[in-house]
Amino acid sequence: MDFLNAIIVLFNFTVIPALAYGSQLALGAIFVTLIYAVLRFANFATGDMMSFGTMFAVILTYYFQSLGFGLGFLPTALLTIPFAILMMILYMLIIDKFVFSYYRIKKSPPVQFAMVSVGVMFVTQALIRIIIGPSDRRFLDGEKFIIKATEFKEMTGLAEGITLKSTQAITIIVTLVVVSIMFWFLNRTKTGTSMRAYSDNEDLALLSGIDPKRVVLITWVIAGILATIGGVLYGLDKSYRPFVYFNNMLPIFAAAIVGGIGNPFGAFLGGYVIAFAEIFVTYAYKRFISYLLPEHLEPDSLLQLLSTDYKFAVSFSILVIVLLIRPSGIFKGKVI
Amino acid sequence: MRNYKNVIAAYSIMIFLIILVGIFQSWSIALTILNYCLISAVMTIGANIQWGYAGLINFGIMGYTALGGLAVVLVSVEPVKKSWQVGGLNILACIWIIVAIIFVVKFILNRFDKSKLRNYSVASVILGGIILLRVTAAPGIEAIESVDPAKTGFLGGMGLPVLFSWIFGALLAGGLAFVIGKIALGLRADYLAIATLLIAEIIVSIIKHEEWLARGVKNVIGLKRPAPYEIDLQTSEWFINLVTKFNSSKLNLINSISDKQEALNQMVIDASSVYVKLCFTGLFLTVVIILLIVTQKALYSPWGRKMRAIRDNEEAASAMGKNIVKEHLLIFILGSAIVGLAGAMMVTNDGLFTPGSYRPMRYTFVIWVMVIVGGTGNNFGAILGGFVVWFLWVEAAPIALFLINLFTSHLPETNAVRVHLIESAPYFRFLVIGIGLLLIMRYRPQGIIPEKIIKQ
Repeated sequence: MDFLNAIIVLFNFTVIPALAYGSQLALGAIFVTLIYAVLRFANFATGDMMSFGTMFAVILTYYFQSLGFGLGFLPTALLTIPFAILMMILYMLIIDKFVFSYYRIKKSPPVQFAMVSVGVMFVTQALIRIIIGPSDRRFLDGEKFIIKATEFKEMTGLAEGITLKSTQAITIIVTLVVVSIMFWFLNRTKTGTSMRAYSDNEDLALLSGIDPKRVVLITWVIAGILATIGGVLYGLDKSYRPFVYFNNMLPIFAAAIVGGIGNPFGAFLGGYVIAFAEIFVTYAYKRFISYLLPEHLEPDSLLQLLSTDYKFAVSFSILVIVLLIRPSGIFKGKVI
Repeated sequence: MRNYKNVIAAYSIMIFLIILVGIFQSWSIALTILNYCLISAVMTIGANIQWGYAGLINFGIMGYTALGGLAVVLVSVEPVKKSWQVGGLNILACIWIIVAIIFVVKFILNRFDKSKLRNYSVASVILGGIILLRVTAAPGIEAIESVDPAKTGFLGGMGLPVLFSWIFGALLAGGLAFVIGKIALGLRADYLAIATLLIAEIIVSIIKHEEWLARGVKNVIGLKRPAPYEIDLQTSEWFINLVTKFNSSKLNLINSISDKQEALNQMVIDASSVYVKLCFTGLFLTVVIILLIVTQKALYSPWGRKMRAIRDNEEAASAMGKNIVKEHLLIFILGSAIVGLAGAMMVTNDGLFTPGSYRPMRYTFVIWVMVIVGGTGNNFGAILGGFVVWFLWVEAAPIALFLINLFTSHLPETNAVRVHLIESAPYFRFLVIGIGLLLIMRYRPQGIIPEKIIKQ
């Protein structure tokens, strides 16, 4: 019984949150990696682009709520995602037309692209703050929990309970659906193949008649979908605050590089690697251990490897280690 | 000579703008802006050495700035004796453990060939070391942090004059740059950018959360100053006489003695803050001028030519027998040390150390915009960039407010759009900086004052 309790403690406080957080990171990381593979630059506006898409979802959620639309027990935000995606793609295409396309045609070095994306980051951040302001917003409605700890305890008769928030379940399910559709698209359809060809060897792809404009367009469309969904899921799970989104860019980059930048599947797994590492290293194992050990051996300290303040530092350290030992990432990335 | 005309014109405009602020807002604000412009200029010189001379992207500027600020606390604050008594031993033990870990890892790396076993043993040494560190440090840290937590709760510094901290800040930042450079300099350009960005974030989070070191997010206030305090000036006779002399014509216009005294008091208060800021301006200006002379000399020396050769064509330079790895590391250290100096200067100017305020937006990306806008590879350009961008950063909000009021003046006061726009006026600075950067990148990628190569 104690053993079961221990497992449940671990599951409740580490595995479930890590899966949800990992899914959010994974979506962002695939976004980064796609832009890197096809458009060939590190996009420093990643976090703010995700924030921009989420902003539309937040505004539309408030609007729908005022109209009385809703999905019952599901959050209204799910209903607004398609509209938010459309706005996001529109914004990305405008940015691409007026900013990035010039450097792409000139074949500028990646460094210049990165600096330009810093400019885009500033502009996006300004727009977000001017439109919606920098404050913290919660836009989750509908049912909050799928399983509550007390219900679980009653059901099973165990001393520890599992809490499953609806946002966590939605995050994991939506991520799996979106990512599998995307992989199907990249690997099985003709357009997806042409995208991969363009990413592998631009000149050869152009020679075989692939239209670069179309590839770029589709990349931004997929990027818009991933950025918005990732952003909205994160916002539903925690809360929407522009500054936090900017900071999230850092673990997302870490995930993309750990997985091997330019490799979407690597980025997907990289998100979970980072999330699990962050949570496992900063979790206090006291309760977990106290179930496994006999009573008189119960530990005094929290048994925490690092305090939760260092959550981000853990993912960055992993990144530094990966860069040192295997710069191409765990799953071989495309470029270095 | 024609080339210098641009430079002189650009700087004259900049000085004129700051004088305008002095006339329309107040001299105190103008001097605050000028001081920050000078600090930014030091940072841009540092970033420009790395990016303009050698083409290294360092997005970790925030980390070095924070380290420079930490140096001010470590050097100038009086040591807290009680903290040293209760926990100093543990902290010293920890330093020895860290040194031991480094030596053991080095020994393993040197002694054994590359193998899986070696990787695992290095990893286990580090992991075991961290656990040992935590066990040793925990009681000490707890004891230190409980020593009068409202005021101290940290080890304090060395109690030296604050100007030493500028040198120490530069050394500290340079030392860190050495470690980071050893780790990350082999990476490709955009990887290096990401890696340095993340490492800077780690440094700031350590400074933020290790309260025994510098009180973390609880901030250290009331740091020493290399300039007199306003309150002392206001009570010293020579200063009051000086103010009376300067404003004698104005004072003579006032008839009643009590009014005159009141006016004089106000003038003394204003003048004292201006005087203190002028002292800082003098110090900062000295630093900027010294750095400018040194960097200009370096740029046009054989060493500067070597750096540019490496930047423009690594393979050719390498074929000529130049040690690229060594040169990159050297320039990474030099640039970072200058940024650390600037960080120490900034904290000295503010008189307080607030680790919570170090954010990559303000301390990394804005500095980069300064370098790009001003002119990469040209020190005059980089300094000008520091001035222009900092001026915009500060003045964008008032200007935006003015424009919003102008364009929405036909709307009623309570109009939702107008109220919302006025509330969000501070955020227009991001917009101005972002659009400015994009325009410069597109239409004048070499910056306002481009790099100039003197043929010899």
